[in-house]
Amino acid sequence: MATEITPGEKSEVVGEINKYDFRTENVAVFKVEKGINADIVRQISEMKDEPQWMLDFRLEALEIFESKPMPEWGGDIDIDFQDIYYYLKPTEGQGKTWDEVPAEIKETFERLGIPQAEREYLAGVKAQFDSEVIYGSVSEDLDKLGVIFTDTDTALKEHPELLREYFGTIIPSLDNKFAALNSAVWSGGSFIYIPPGVKIEFPLQAYFRINAQNMGQFERTLIIVDEGAEIHYVEGCTAPMYSSDSLHSAVVEVICKKNARCRYTTIQNWANNIYNLVTKRAVCMADATMEWVDGNLGSQLTMKYPAVYMMEPGAHGEILSIAFSGKGQHQDAGAKLVHVAPNTTGQIISKSISKDGGRSSYRGLVRVEKGAHDAKNNVVCDALILDADSRSDTYPYIEVMEQDVSIGHEASVSRIGEEQLFYLTSRGLSEAEASAMIVNGFIEPLVKELPMEYAVEMNRLIQLQMEGSVG
Amino acid sequence: MTHKLTIENLHVSVDDKPILRGVNLVLHEGETHALMGPNGSGKSTLGMAIMGHPKYEVNSGTIKLDDQDVLALSPDERARAGLFMAFQRPVAIPGVKMADFLRHSTTNVRNPNRQEGEDLIPMKEFRKELTDNMNKLEMDVQFARRYVNDGFSGGEMKRAEILQLAMLQPTFAILDETDSGLDADAVRLASESIAEIGRAKMGLLIITHHDKLLIHNPPEFTHVMLGGRIVETGGIELAEELHASGYERIRAAYPDAEAQNEAMSSSEVIS
Repeated sequence: MATEITPGEKSEVVGEINKYDFRTENVAVFKVEKGINADIVRQISEMKDEPQWMLDFRLEALEIFESKPMPEWGGDIDIDFQDIYYYLKPTEGQGKTWDEVPAEIKETFERLGIPQAEREYLAGVKAQFDSEVIYGSVSEDLDKLGVIFTDTDTALKEHPELLREYFGTIIPSLDNKFAALNSAVWSGGSFIYIPPGVKIEFPLQAYFRINAQNMGQFERTLIIVDEGAEIHYVEGCTAPMYSSDSLHSAVVEVICKKNARCRYTTIQNWANNIYNLVTKRAVCMADATMEWVDGNLGSQLTMKYPAVYMMEPGAHGEILSIAFSGKGQHQDAGAKLVHVAPNTTGQIISKSISKDGGRSSYRGLVRVEKGAHDAKNNVVCDALILDADSRSDTYPYIEVMEQDVSIGHEASVSRIGEEQLFYLTSRGLSEAEASAMIVNGFIEPLVKELPMEYAVEMNRLIQLQMEGSVG
Repeated sequence: MTHKLTIENLHVSVDDKPILRGVNLVLHEGETHALMGPNGSGKSTLGMAIMGHPKYEVNSGTIKLDDQDVLALSPDERARAGLFMAFQRPVAIPGVKMADFLRHSTTNVRNPNRQEGEDLIPMKEFRKELTDNMNKLEMDVQFARRYVNDGFSGGEMKRAEILQLAMLQPTFAILDETDSGLDADAVRLASESIAEIGRAKMGLLIITHHDKLLIHNPPEFTHVMLGGRIVETGGIELAEELHASGYERIRAAYPDAEAQNEAMSSSEVIS
């Protein structure tokens, strides 16, 4: 086994060495053959020593996956499902300290700054490398309070009753082709349970890293926030650049019980040949609040529409989304808010930036069910286009079945202003600095919602995307 | 050495419409020049061309800062070389805080060879200097946290421009109606501030319709622009005459320029 970490090929798309673009050489201890069929699914389940009901769940999902057509909307998906590795086990077991993690994988996460962040400001961390979570820790204080923060495979063994009750209930396999695929081959992901009334001050973080080529990462995350509890969960995602495509297709289910509060923050910076096709959905009970904060950079195609179903009165759903599309990238991102109960409130704020021929789409659904009177919903989506080759589209869907509701929708599209650029450059800023400053200003209302460290990282990523590429 | 800004036979057009038709002007460091003239005569255009606004196309002529060819420089290089223009209608940049913008700007202008990503001037030092300058301009400290020109009143915009002048300390500054849209007190404050900032040895080109600014910053030279040319140059007495009597004498004395001025100011082009 090689232990060397080599820089990745210089990415043609970004055109510069990216801090995430390095590979850890061939560390797998086990991988299934390429492709997908019932045998592969059985092998994965057997490897994981799963109960029969989970194997049945997987096999049923596989049938659904095979029978469902590709989505006809969104972006162009050109995936050869038989040319992907669906399961790749990087180590024999999970470390509780970083010293228990194999050196080359530990070094990967060191380079990504995870252990340092953990020391400084996180209450718990999971790190997933290809198919498996290879590191997990949670602070003792949280342990004592009864908080469960583990990977979903471990949860299946240690908390089978919770898994049986909730797994696949928010996003059934029938929901869409990629949710079915995830259900068939899922591995890793976070499982979180917060007991009633427990409020966690510091974020819990998971970091997902795809390392291998032609790899599919299918993590499955389930978060249950019990009555009156609060949590902030943060996930980061990266992968190095390979010449052939990889697939990331996660399913994330969140349950916010009465008066609970959950904020789920994603900063994704996938390499530019990753298909990122993710289903994320939360249900909110009475007076509960769910917030999705979603930062999408990188990937070849992202299709992701975090959803909140407001099931009981007083529920609140909020989605803040930033998408940045550069050369060869299509971010088809958006949000979905469904008002099922009366007196529920929802808000969507979406900001997209397109540059160097990139394409950003906002695709959003606001639905008010019959009986959900006095629902309030507001959507604001702003697009910034940096050059004539780039594109932005807005697809807002509004379905209202009830009379007394308040629904607002504002959309704006602007091109980076020649006057703004001139103003800043005439005061000594280079054109790249000026553009980055204007772009950062554009997303500032969202970035200020991020924890400080992520805000800094977000600004830095934008800076990286902007450098030397202003038209 | 005394720095010198030399403009020779400058022709500038906007959207293919000629605005400046052969401007000649020499400014030395430490001098104050008033640039006057009726609306549409090309005063702002001259400033924009000096700063390198991409819409203002220089068709012929030269601009030199000492021996350096200004026309070969990008706007940021011009700023770093010591040129500055306070704009009549500065553009809003939402989300960008005044303090962040000014720290970058000040750093680059003071270290013209700074590469992107290199250190900015230390926060403590910068903050003190910014606060001192804001106090002099009677600006609230909160101002530094507001977004650049976003939702500023007319007076706040002009003050923000003067604040930048004070921070950047250019060699030559063009002030485009920095006193317009202000009430009497604000004009006085602006005039005094500019006098104090510029007193050192800045070269000032002041575009104005009022006389307050010029009372505090008496010009050694007054230039009158008409139809895209400087048709007359005099001392302070010329500025006084124009304030007292308007442009009738000038319009009558230069009928060709007057005809061009009429054509320009009636077209859609804003100069």
